[in-house]
Amino acid sequence: MFKKILIANRGEIACRVIKSARKMGIKTVAVYSDADAQALHVRMADEAVHIGPPPANQSYIVIDKIMDAIRQTGAEAVHPGYGFLSENKLFAEALEKEGVAFIGPPSGAIEAMGDKITSKKLAQEAGVSTVPGYMGLIEDADEAVKISDQIGYPVMIKASAGGGGKGMRIAWNAEEAREGFQSSKNEAANSFGDDRIFIEKFVTQPRHIEIQVLADKHGNCVYLNERECSIQRRNQKVIEEAPSPFLDPETRRAMGEQAVALAKAVDYASAGTVEFIVDGEKNFYFLEMNTRLQVEHPVTELITGIDLVEQMIRVADGETLPFAQGDIGINGWAIESRLYAEDPYRNFLPSIGRLTRYRPPVEGQSATGGIVRNDTGVFEGGEISMFYDPMIAKLCTWAPTREEAIEEMRLALDTFEVEGIGHNLPFCAAVMDHERFVTGNITTAFIAEEYPEGFEGVTLSKHMLRKVAAATAAMERVAEIRRTKISGTLGNHERMVGTDWVVSLQGDDYPVTVKADKQGSTIVFEDGDAMRVESDWTPGDQLAKLTVDGAPLVLKVGKIPLGFRIRVRGADLKVHVRTPRQFELSQLMPVKLPPDTSKFLLCPMPGLVVKISVEEGQEVQEGQALATVEAMKMENILRAERKGMVKKINAEAGASLAVDDIIMEFE
Amino acid sequence: MRDILNELEERRAQARLGGGEKRIEAQHKKGKLTARERVELLLDEGSFEEFDMFKTHRCADFGMEESKPYGDGVVTGWGTVNGRMVYVFSQDFTVFGGSLSETHAEKICKIMDMAVQNGAPVIGINDSGGARIQEGVASLAGYADVFQRNIMASGVVPQISLIMGPCAGGAVYSPAMTDFIFMVKDSSYMFVTGPDVVKTVTNEIVTAEELGGATTHTKKSSVADGAYENDVEALYETRRLIDFLPLSNREKAPVRPFFDEVDRVEASLDTLVPANPNTPYDMKELILKVADEGDFFEIQKDFAANIITGFIRLEGQTVGVVANQPMVLAGCLDIDSSRKAARFVRFCDAFEIPILTLVDVPGFLPGTSQEYNGVIKHGAKLLFAYGEATVPKVTVITRKAYGGAYDVMSSKHLRGDFNYAWPTAEIAVMGAKGAVEILYRSELGDAEKIAARTKNYEDRFANPFVAAEKGFIDEVIQPRSTRRRVARAFAALRSKKLSNPWKKHDNIPL
Repeated sequence: MFKKILIANRGEIACRVIKSARKMGIKTVAVYSDADAQALHVRMADEAVHIGPPPANQSYIVIDKIMDAIRQTGAEAVHPGYGFLSENKLFAEALEKEGVAFIGPPSGAIEAMGDKITSKKLAQEAGVSTVPGYMGLIEDADEAVKISDQIGYPVMIKASAGGGGKGMRIAWNAEEAREGFQSSKNEAANSFGDDRIFIEKFVTQPRHIEIQVLADKHGNCVYLNERECSIQRRNQKVIEEAPSPFLDPETRRAMGEQAVALAKAVDYASAGTVEFIVDGEKNFYFLEMNTRLQVEHPVTELITGIDLVEQMIRVADGETLPFAQGDIGINGWAIESRLYAEDPYRNFLPSIGRLTRYRPPVEGQSATGGIVRNDTGVFEGGEISMFYDPMIAKLCTWAPTREEAIEEMRLALDTFEVEGIGHNLPFCAAVMDHERFVTGNITTAFIAEEYPEGFEGVTLSKHMLRKVAAATAAMERVAEIRRTKISGTLGNHERMVGTDWVVSLQGDDYPVTVKADKQGSTIVFEDGDAMRVESDWTPGDQLAKLTVDGAPLVLKVGKIPLGFRIRVRGADLKVHVRTPRQFELSQLMPVKLPPDTSKFLLCPMPGLVVKISVEEGQEVQEGQALATVEAMKMENILRAERKGMVKKINAEAGASLAVDDIIMEFE
Repeated sequence: MRDILNELEERRAQARLGGGEKRIEAQHKKGKLTARERVELLLDEGSFEEFDMFKTHRCADFGMEESKPYGDGVVTGWGTVNGRMVYVFSQDFTVFGGSLSETHAEKICKIMDMAVQNGAPVIGINDSGGARIQEGVASLAGYADVFQRNIMASGVVPQISLIMGPCAGGAVYSPAMTDFIFMVKDSSYMFVTGPDVVKTVTNEIVTAEELGGATTHTKKSSVADGAYENDVEALYETRRLIDFLPLSNREKAPVRPFFDEVDRVEASLDTLVPANPNTPYDMKELILKVADEGDFFEIQKDFAANIITGFIRLEGQTVGVVANQPMVLAGCLDIDSSRKAARFVRFCDAFEIPILTLVDVPGFLPGTSQEYNGVIKHGAKLLFAYGEATVPKVTVITRKAYGGAYDVMSSKHLRGDFNYAWPTAEIAVMGAKGAVEILYRSELGDAEKIAARTKNYEDRFANPFVAAEKGFIDEVIQPRSTRRRVARAFAALRSKKLSNPWKKHDNIPL
């Protein structure tokens, strides 16, 4: 076995590889850019080599620099992680030349699968189902109809030069195919000056389901079941699970066997993933093969018990796979939420900065019998920099059933504390409670269909709101009793804390009576309903772990006047807990509406104003560029949301702005 | 007998109605609570004991003798806040617009005298149209009687003013001399002369809100220490503040049970100070991570944000915090921040509240506007306040402590008790770049030489060890253990005794 390996990557995946290597008694070498000098992977590795400035094209993907680091440290093998150099044929070749093992597939396989057209051809030859289509030149509408008939409807008629939906038609029958061909052709000619058209099967209700394969250098190859990755936002996977709630054993076997056939056809050795698109009828078609470890590999590990990184290292060292296909089973259900430093309330804009608080849930066996796993490359006090992928962590839960795994995930997300930057925790939590996700009725269009206007937070169920009301009433009572324990009170005239409270949240008021005893409190609602709340929460705890009627509930707690800011299940709530008299008098207070910001152009992120594109008094049209703000070295053009007149410009080029600073005002 | 008992209740009910139901309704329509409702929310439920409920005015001019409502426009008395005694007056806008008469003033003076004698804070709720014009000079005399008591009570018992409606003309000077002023957004204003007079005299057209609203006084003038959304919130937060304050200068700051580890380690503080000395960071993170339960009551949050002032607790006991904020103007000292911090330090010293100072200061803000407006004397206020303070003083230098500003920020030389520095601290006369430009003026053309000189200067002074060698720093501490170290230092100072030479009073540069 190797004595020392180098990990040509950063972040969570570098940490992930180090963990397996450590377990196997292998020493590890990290590489790092200036931006990562304090990073977790550097702290975890036995050795670390500095490889240059922050941009990846000056550090992590410069082959020479990695080769230097290998020579310097005497590493015998390199794990590339994902991204960066993981699917770079030249890198694999450079290592080969130097006699250093590449913990990944042979360069030939990388090359073969690296090209979309070649890979599709190879797949077809290997008997893998591909999206039926006709890539040749189509002469006229008659031919188009003939081809469409052969493929089977619906079909997609596409301009070769097309993009962004232009020159694209979907035809559900011969008539539509004829019309579609003609209009696509015309549109393509006009838009692109190139009227070539091709036709392929249109996949309805598409799901993204991929097969994990693992092969050694001795011709053994197995598939480790599938992962369903249909919850995507703009082709970026957000939530993955294994197995898929959609596949039956036959389809799974068919997909698995085809994936293995493809791997064998390219002499694959190492872990790899064959991606398929699956339609509503369980027809599946090959998309591409990823010749590396996938981001979402932990869910496969959780249901198979196989350490993929360990197997990759062993395969690279020439070992034979220790198991055959018959040994691979599916044990329980695993779900992964990718935690990104992207603000869901601001259309998922990347958010960078310091993690003032970062407390993931405890890994391992959970209180409710599941497993929590968190793959991460950050730490409290660390920085999410602008140079790399904004992923903070991959939170996985496992349980015997899908339903339980989802419940474990809800609790794990509620327990996960991330402060200092915007992140998509609330969004992941919202998906976990979404009826379509819960029932498994998902497609790759799930996010686009269910959140067409972006994410605006969650409306909790009435039952959940009651639970929060009961919990906060019990908590406020604890806080209030502590307040009376201050020194300097008038002896024998101490303040008595009452039992009646009114909890207000999301527009509803819940008058309750809190009956406290040694173990907890019973909260009685006006309608006689009671909830039992038990907790060891004390004032100042930012995480309240409670049980409500025996079921666990975890709240993120902040303080606001006369109550709490509570975050739970993707909702961000202002909860007021007031005495009946405080409540009564509060009703007399004026309702203040938040300022109308539609008349303002607000800075969406901290950044530098590069350019103001309009003048005061100018009439602007919807979509017109108003200003350019540079943030994270990216120039963002801010456009008018509607027609209007610029009344006043508050920021000038060169100004450094914070989030929500007013750039200009409209009439 | 029964009749007499009933009569008491009847009279009380009448007094409680103040200016009558119609006016109460009008008060509510303006989004304001009545004087009694405010007292109710300020104090523990059922703890209010009212004085002079039946007092009436003595004016017989302009038809005033026709109307003599009980209480005469102000509700006074005492009660408790979380069991601790406070005195309170609350002006009743429903009675003669809350205007101040001779008898109204007498009621306020009575509870102020009691507060000073018995050692409990005075909370004044202001909602008044001004002087009772019908009474003329008697009303003015009433104001002055209150002023004199404000002055005498200053430094003896905490005085807090809540502005919950108009407060104009001479009336502003009573709150002005109290320790803290809080306003309610959109429904309160304070000014010496109102918009009408301003227009007549200076031709300026300005609304009452612009002239003296909560935004003006918390952001521009610094007259107010904070502003809240409504009456209920303001009263609740006032209770929160009172929990931090001693009842009088005869007592130590209060202590209450706390749920936090004294030796809580915050590993993330090790990376708080960025590698680049010109990159700002948020000093509030340090305050929140040092404080018990992350609880911080900030004073003057919206004014001179380059310095942070407010109260935290350590081991349950109140500590005043003064901290440079690198996020704003690089955390420099200027006129506004010096004034703000000086007043806060003097309050803490007056009421035996220990002071924690967190330092990252690049120096004083340069410029003509600073010099012309007297930064010399304003800066001296903070220096003076720290130097005369005899309460326990613990200082932590996180990064820059440059020049005269180093001396000012509770340095060892100003009788600092425990002066700590993080390893990232740089204690020097100025930054390396500036120093080299002065020391090696002749080499300025040679970038290479200058870079070497700068490096040399940095190596020599950009650390806490030169100061530590001289004993100006007692100990260099790990950022992560700041809470434990600071808490332990204050624990060691609980019986500190230090007094200044006898004097009638000092002559701080006002």
